[in-house]
Order: sequence, then structure tokens, then C-alpha cells
Amino acid sequence: MLGNMFEGFAWDLVWQFRATFLLGFLHTLETSVLAILLGLSLGLTFGLMSTCGKKWLVGIARVYVEFIQNTPLLLQVCFLYYALSFSGHGIGILATGIVSIGVYHGAYMAEVFRAGIGSIPKGQFESAESQGFGYFGVMRYVILPQCTKIILPPMANQIVNLIKNTSVLYIIGGSDLISLTYSFVTGVNTGGAYGPAYLICGLLFFGMCYPLSTLAGIWERNLKKRDQLSGALKE
Amino acid sequence: MDEWIASFHILTLGPVASYIAKGTLFTVIVSTVAVLLSIVIGSVLALVRNYATAPQYRLFHFLAAAYIEVFRNTPLLLWIFIGVVFCPVPEFFGHPLFGLSSVETKMLFKASIALTLFTSSVVAEIIRGGLNSIPRGQFETAYTQGFGTIKTMVYIILPQAYRNVVPTLLSQIITTIKDSSFMANVATIELMSRVRKILSTANRFSGQDTINVSDVFVLYGTAAIIYFIINFSLSVAVRRMQAKRGAA
Repeated sequence: MLGNMFEGFAWDLVWQFRATFLLGFLHTLETSVLAILLGLSLGLTFGLMSTCGKKWLVGIARVYVEFIQNTPLLLQVCFLYYALSFSGHGIGILATGIVSIGVYHGAYMAEVFRAGIGSIPKGQFESAESQGFGYFGVMRYVILPQCTKIILPPMANQIVNLIKNTSVLYIIGGSDLISLTYSFVTGVNTGGAYGPAYLICGLLFFGMCYPLSTLAGIWERNLKKRDQLSGALKE
Repeated sequence: MDEWIASFHILTLGPVASYIAKGTLFTVIVSTVAVLLSIVIGSVLALVRNYATAPQYRLFHFLAAAYIEVFRNTPLLLWIFIGVVFCPVPEFFGHPLFGLSSVETKMLFKASIALTLFTSSVVAEIIRGGLNSIPRGQFETAYTQGFGTIKTMVYIILPQAYRNVVPTLLSQIITTIKDSSFMANVATIELMSRVRKILSTANRFSGQDTINVSDVFVLYGTAAIIYFIINFSLSVAVRRMQAKRGAA
């Protein structure tokens, strides 16, 4: 019962193969970090494009965001992986995963940046320009620093989702935490220790995501409190 | 060029088209049912986490919070794998149903349970957001009118909370439709897994010697368009609703 949760041999097996779990954990971490970097740069680029006011740039950003947000990540991963490998240009499972997860969450991060930039009053843009700042100067020194507080909570939630979404690599045969856990519990020599193995896998994910989502919750509450305070002051 | 014609030819085959159409139907039904059930479970979790703060209910408060946090911070795929091993299946789903084999209906049941449990943690947080937006005065007024705690919740608080979060719940259906594709890892029932299965034997349908890159584009492209049409129309509906409310 309970997948040998309380059997000594199952825990022994997990302990014996602890390197497998560590390896999976490191692969998930590596995929996440690189995908976050890609997602942030895409998000910033497309977020700026959709707030710049030039119609065709806004259009391109909209198409990117809508198309990526309305199709499953799993489909995008499979599409990229099979399209590249059937045309003989395979870039490997890890790189495929990083690119597709980065592009997928880039679309969400673009919306976060767009909402953040959109929340800054128009006067800020105008007065910054009147001080002689160019477009990038305005963004870099005046607008983006003011957005940070608004952007941080949803961004942290996006990063949590991104870490959880590294599990899509399983379908193309990845070696991330979920995939290695699954091959561990179904392996010929290691099979059977379902309970302990899934528990360890879940705990590792929880350990990565819980601090981030808690932080996001605290930031969000603080932001709301400040809004209420300033709203009360205005009244 | 011949390869592309052959790839498009796959879609015109009657059995393939109906296989994909049924997969789409499974995707929509499973996701809608999962969200509806999640609203029930999520409401209970949200109410308990928000209002069971008296010392004698501390345990329930802690359990609801733990449930929400555990499911929110672990991947869906883990829960699908866990469901496949641990979830008991009632007799009713042990038989061939809806054109699926008995193995597939069992998998459908297990994976749907995992999807529902996972989604209810997200829905609970959405509903909690709706509950928190209700002014304190509403509770106080209800109590002075002689409503008990449960009646206050059912007749006064929850209806207002639901009304506030309808757009967010609708966009949760979009997320769940996308999440349901994770079932492709364990069974071929919904759209994503069926397209993947057709691709693995595409040369048999296209009459070509090999599976070509054109097959990948045509098959996954079709699936992407189907997902896009469903989700985009939902998100347009959500935006309309929010615009209307913003104006009101």
C-alpha cells in the first residue's frame, strides 16, 4: 500500500540512487535559470514593443503574445523538437526545452512588463523627455525603476510556473527531475519505490517554488496596502 | 511539394479527422468538468482558509492552507503520475466507454482526478481573492439581520465573490485546456496525445516512405489552430466582460 511508502527497502533504494535525484534537480535548475533569462529578455523586448505606440511593433507583439498564450506549452515543445529533428537540425533535448519554455513564458512576462509600464502616469514620460532623455534613457532611468514594485509579484509567480513547467521535457525524453524520477520508479533494477520517490520529487519542487510564491504573496499584499493608504490620503 | 500534399492528405481521411475531432471534444469536456468541480472544492478550501481562524478550527485552516500551497508549488505532471499509481477507479470507469478501451477510461478517470485536484488549488486562490474584495460591512450587516455564519456565506458573501471573479474563472478554463495536454504523457485520449499518435505513424496515412517534417507542421499546426480558436474566443469573451465591468 501507498507505493511502499513505509517499506525500508524503498527508502534504501532512494538513498542509494540519491545521485539520480540530485542530477534531475540540477537539470531542472539549469533549464529554469536559462529559460528565465531568455523569457525575461523576450518579455522586456516585447513589453517595450507593445507600449511604444508604433502600430506595426504593437501588432507584432500582440501576435506573439496571443499565439503563444493560447496554445499549450507541451504542443510548442513537441512542435519545435520534432520539426527540428525531422528536418535534420536537432539542437538537443535540453536546448529545445530552454528555448520553448523561454519563449512560452516570455509571452507572459511581456504582458507583465506591459501592465507595469502602462501603470505609470503619462506625465512621467513627458517630463522625462523634456529633461532631454531619449527613449531608452526614459525607460532605463525613469519608467522601469518605478515599475519594479508592480512587476515583482506577477514576475515571481511566472517564475514559479516556469519551474513547474520544466516537467514538459518528459514528453521528449528529457533528464529533468520529473523524468528521472519516473524512470527511477519504473526502472527494472530500481522499480517499485513509488511512494518515497514521488515524495522526494515533490519536496524538491516545493522547496524551489514555495519560497518564491510566498514572497510574491507578501509583495502583493504590501502593494495593496500602500494603494489603499494613498487612496485614503487622496480622499 | 509532394510531401506537403501528402501531409495535407492525412487530414482529409475520415477516420483521422473524426479521431482528432473526438480528441478535441475530450479536451473541452475534461477541462470544463475539471474547472466546475474545482469551483466546488476551491470554494470550500477558500472559505476554510479565510474564515476558519478560531482556535478550535485551527486544524482545518492549516489543512486547507497546506493543500493549496502543496498543489500550487508542485507540477501537474507529478500529480498525474501519482494519480496513475495511487488513484482508485470506481467500477463504472472499468469498462470501455465513449469509444475508449477500458485501460483508457481508467487513465482518463485517474488523470482527470489529478487535473481537478491540481486546478482546485488555483481556483481556491482565485475565489479567496474574490472573498477578500468584499467589504467588512457586508458581514456585519448580514449578522445584524440575524443570518448565521453559514447563511451569511451562502446568501450574502459567496454570490458577490463569484460575481467578482467570473472573468478570472473563465480564463482559468483556458489554462486548464492547456494543462489538460499533460495527459498526453500517460494516455491517448485528448487532442494533443492523438495528434502525437498520428504523427508517429504518419507515413502510413500519407503514403510516403518516411515521416517528413511537413507532417510535423501540418499535424501540430492543425492542433495549434484548434487550441488557438477555442482559447482565443474564450479570452476575447473575458476581455469584453472586463471592459463592460470597467465601464459600469
